Amino acid sequence: MIISIASGKGGTGKTTIAVNLALSLSNVQLLDCDVEEPNSHIFLKPEIENVKSACTLMPEIDNDVCDYCGKCAAACEYNAIVVLPTQVMVFPELCHGCGLCAMVCPRDAISEEPREIGVVRKGRSGDNIELVYGLLHIGEIMAAPLIDHVKEEIDPEKTVIVDAPPGTACPVIAAIEGSDYCILVTEPTPFGLYDLKLIVEVLKVLKIPSGVVINKAGIGDQNVYRYCEEEGIPILLEIPYDKKIAEYYSEGIPFVNAIPAWKDRFAGMIDGIRGEL
Amino acid sequence: MKQITIISGKGGTGKTTLVASFAALAENIVIADCDVDAPDLHLLLHPEIVKREEFKGLKVAAIDKSKCIECGICEAACRFKAISDNARDGDFFTGVTGSGYAVNPTRCEGCGVCVFVCDQDAIILTERVSGYAFISKTKYGTMAHAQLNIAEEASGKLVTVVRNNSQRVAEEEGSDLILIDGSPGIGCPVIASLTGVDLALVVTEPTMSGLHDLARILDVTRHFGIVSVVCINKYDINEANSRKITEFCQERGVMIVRNIPYDPVVTEAMVAAMPVVEFSDCAVSNAIREIWASIQ
Repeated sequence: MIISIASGKGGTGKTTIAVNLALSLSNVQLLDCDVEEPNSHIFLKPEIENVKSACTLMPEIDNDVCDYCGKCAAACEYNAIVVLPTQVMVFPELCHGCGLCAMVCPRDAISEEPREIGVVRKGRSGDNIELVYGLLHIGEIMAAPLIDHVKEEIDPEKTVIVDAPPGTACPVIAAIEGSDYCILVTEPTPFGLYDLKLIVEVLKVLKIPSGVVINKAGIGDQNVYRYCEEEGIPILLEIPYDKKIAEYYSEGIPFVNAIPAWKDRFAGMIDGIRGEL
Repeated sequence: MKQITIISGKGGTGKTTLVASFAALAENIVIADCDVDAPDLHLLLHPEIVKREEFKGLKVAAIDKSKCIECGICEAACRFKAISDNARDGDFFTGVTGSGYAVNPTRCEGCGVCVFVCDQDAIILTERVSGYAFISKTKYGTMAHAQLNIAEEASGKLVTVVRNNSQRVAEEEGSDLILIDGSPGIGCPVIASLTGVDLALVVTEPTMSGLHDLARILDVTRHFGIVSVVCINKYDINEANSRKITEFCQERGVMIVRNIPYDPVVTEAMVAAMPVVEFSDCAVSNAIREIWASIQ
């Protein structure tokens, strides 16, 4: 079973839920797909066993063969190639690595070379958790291909938890696509509600069943509860705004390790989801 | 004209709370909400939309089933795994088996490889509206903002549209400053919201995650040569971590402008849909005023 954790808004507690959930289950794999700012490893402190390079392909022009006909530039939908009378310029930050330029070149002057956009790290935390996370290189813009690399490591024998990035755009889709269920983490505030509505729409498009975890319950107002009731979205769990929990978070300590009673609540939530599926 | 971007790396550290208050304190500015996939600034500034334009991001492939002979060449050529055989794999979203090859619009990046490889001319690229860009009036000044349609790509491009709109308005109105609310992360939309700005104000929080993400976003601003200053929000929830962040910034030669204490009044202001400096005259508001005085 693959369960993803998403939120729309940043900072609502996705990583908190992902990490504490992982610690409450057995035989788990946690994939941290927030490759721009991964944080799960801060809490799980894994022993890294394996680091893989993650690449996309980039065109390389053979200037001895190229006759500057310009067909590659005309074909590229991203304006990533500019052909001048005696020079071809490639803009790596615009290239999506689709390979069309190499296909259309009549002189076979374009080859595709791998370019590293980040790394995928894999390790173990305790006996129970395998952690896989991606780390996008500084200055790189394409998170989604790196997320695909992280997801190649999915082990179907385990309960897989996917920690998604914030937002509703392509990196989020890349992370949660293919999940059996999505846990939406929100806070009961106007920002939390607005962004929850957006991510609920994303899940309608992807047709992934979902439920809500309300984090920092007690702050803000009641509108998130009203919305969930109106939309028929189940509230799976509430985590109160608690100074102690916030303190553990700030120190990088998963709170289920400090307050073990929560492990049963997380495990119970997953039993409920399994039952529903 | 100067441009200041408020960013954070980590989400939920208080970017929008700060930007809304700066907007209330500033004079003669243009506001740009560059978080286009989960924008929240409008919830505090109540913009009245004056102009709305369609944003066409990436194109999307469409298969003409009457011409398709189901050879599968397009599926093999697509690097984004955006084409598959519904008869074999079922629908992308529902898993229900249907007939023939289909394009998954959420994976398609509109590159045109499938169009090129199809011998039957059965595939074309079509334009799609990926979102909307707005120019609005607020009581604090003109605001450029946008909403990316859900599950769309090209958020960086839409950020650039918002930036261009804000610059045009600022020139027309003779504004001195563009105040930019960024998105979390360090990737495509964040870089688009940072290019060419005069200053980045990085908002962090005294948590291990906050420190980790701060280091990465400061690497990004250094990579692009953008002057950065830092503010620690809710600094008093873990003062030992705040000291760590301060030391880290000193080592990097990055200035900390002023820290902001934790106060539930910030959430109360959000519920009241107001910038906190207008909602309450408190320690948080004073800190925000001092930050604004020092960065503008």
